[in-house]
Amino acid sequence: MTSAPNTYENILEIKDLQTSFFTKDLEVKAVDGVSFTIPKGKILGVVGESGSGKSITSLSILRLIEDPGKIVGGEIRFKGENLLDKTEAQMRKIRGNEISMIFQEPMTSLNPTFTVGQQISESYKIHQGLNKKQAKERSIEMLKLVGIPSPEKRVDQYPHELSGGMRQRVMIAMALACDPDLLIADEPTTALDVTIQAQILDLMKDLQERLGMGILLITHDLGVVAETCDYVAVMYAGKVVEFTDAKTLFKSPKHPYTVGLMKSIPPHDHDIEGDLSVIRGSVPSPAEMPKGCRFAPRCPFATDLCRENLPDLITDEEGNQIRCWIYSDEWNGDPEVDVHAETERTT
Amino acid sequence: MFKYIIRRIIQTIPVLIGVSILVFSMMHLVPGDPAQIMAGESAPKEQVENIRERLGLNDPLPVQYLSYIGDALQGDLGNSMRSGRDVTSEIGARFWVTVELAVYSTIVAVFIGLIAGVISATRKYSFADTSLMLIALFGLSMPNFWLGLMLIQWFAIGIDLPSWVPFISDTSWFKPSGWGSFQQVVLPVITLGTGSAAIIARMTRSSMLDVIGQDYIRTARAKGVKERIVVYQHALKNALIPVVTVVGLQFGGLLGGAVLTESVFAVNGMGKLIIDSIKARDFPVVQGTILVVALLFVIVNLIVDITYRYLNKRIDLD
Repeated sequence: MTSAPNTYENILEIKDLQTSFFTKDLEVKAVDGVSFTIPKGKILGVVGESGSGKSITSLSILRLIEDPGKIVGGEIRFKGENLLDKTEAQMRKIRGNEISMIFQEPMTSLNPTFTVGQQISESYKIHQGLNKKQAKERSIEMLKLVGIPSPEKRVDQYPHELSGGMRQRVMIAMALACDPDLLIADEPTTALDVTIQAQILDLMKDLQERLGMGILLITHDLGVVAETCDYVAVMYAGKVVEFTDAKTLFKSPKHPYTVGLMKSIPPHDHDIEGDLSVIRGSVPSPAEMPKGCRFAPRCPFATDLCRENLPDLITDEEGNQIRCWIYSDEWNGDPEVDVHAETERTT
Repeated sequence: MFKYIIRRIIQTIPVLIGVSILVFSMMHLVPGDPAQIMAGESAPKEQVENIRERLGLNDPLPVQYLSYIGDALQGDLGNSMRSGRDVTSEIGARFWVTVELAVYSTIVAVFIGLIAGVISATRKYSFADTSLMLIALFGLSMPNFWLGLMLIQWFAIGIDLPSWVPFISDTSWFKPSGWGSFQQVVLPVITLGTGSAAIIARMTRSSMLDVIGQDYIRTARAKGVKERIVVYQHALKNALIPVVTVVGLQFGGLLGGAVLTESVFAVNGMGKLIIDSIKARDFPVVQGTILVVALLFVIVNLIVDITYRYLNKRIDLD
């Protein structure tokens, strides 16, 4: 697989992905026209609040959306080929082999009735045709690679005998077993305590540099993004609102939502005077999406233009993308508007 | 594990003592004097008194109980009042018939119940699911003596169908009574197993639905595991944990249910022995049979617990 001619530049290219959930008389658009790319060997962070469609996007890539959900449109190009054109059997060869995934909850993501070794071995048996003994040896090597002490002993243990951090390492070992080209990590550190979080992130970054895979890191923690990611896509209500490289994003966030997210992080270098900045309101429910810009009801700069019309994703000369009327030629509000200006501080 | 089994065996002792006390006192609580019944209504007083003396019925109850237990431990459960034969051999002849009936019924129930449950769960709300669960509801609601009678009517005696109906004009495929040959075994096993199959199917369905929604099933799919293996290995092994408990309880229920089924099909097992002995007030046989059934139930529960440990690694038996 990895020996195939590298005619593609981006390991993953998502174009206008739409995933909806269908109830009896309603289509709920959980992911609505998401586009982003991950260059080979780079880490893309996808950030956003709960309900912004991050996890659904990642499950869509592996085509693991379950009923009543369905991918209704768009393209998912992995190594140049559209995954939505693949058969289920072809997808199975990709899952766990070329693209693998780490989930949020290490406590519940491992099968309690199989040993750690059996669960890692399964990937080797399916994708590389190894026998039981070879697969177990490789599993022990993987456990060693992810920093689990005495892997020979751990390999025969059941998940409940391991701590949360250990289990997440096992998940990583399982995901990396077949040397994937793309790793999707859906909030891999959310369920862990802070010191373990740092260890797991360091481990992922270290392994990424060694193995040269691309990573799609889903998180709602901007600190994690700053530490690990090369690029960032900010999602809001099923759409990407800003896509840029991590440095630019933290230096000069453009979208009022991104700015709001940054401001709501407590600064660690000085005391907070007064209250912490918040973004008022909450994410609209996918069943009742605003007509115009989805962030308009919460945006301090919104005009009638914003409330009535959905802005397009605009790409600037450096390739950064933004979905906001303020940066368009049609902007009819205050031409001198400064999204970084001190907005109201409310609770 | 070995330590656990030993401990469990020791734990069964109080259970059996409890059962024996209950059974023993029942004999003294039911109205009627056993000695009078044995001797007959019009027997002279001296004869009744003789029998009473011979059976030790004049001793205080605790003494009677202890001597009963003492004998029972040596395999002597007394003699039948009806036939005069010793209870152990009365039961011995029928023990395996009931065990066979219950085991076959359990096997059939587990087989049908698991398949139906898994099909229902993997095709939730489909036509197959709805029809299977409707059939299960029928199976659960039918009293098994009635089902037994219907099966005899349809498949042993035969239905009066017009002669032009091909193939099934004569439906007397099976025998309505007795035990031993295949033709005799089929109907009682279906009668006894139907209710359990229905319960196991419903339990498997809900347990599978619960497990299939778990994160680790998604993990397996994300690994590229085939859907068939996801269902039958990753999911079923977890879903079986509550089902095993139900199967164990059902097996005990089948031993009790055998009383009715054996009566309907005139199968000479322990169930029929209990009924016949109760009718004849043959107390030693009733006592002995109930004790044996209780012992069997305890053993089945032990097997269930061990299986449970094998399936659910989070349980530490020691």
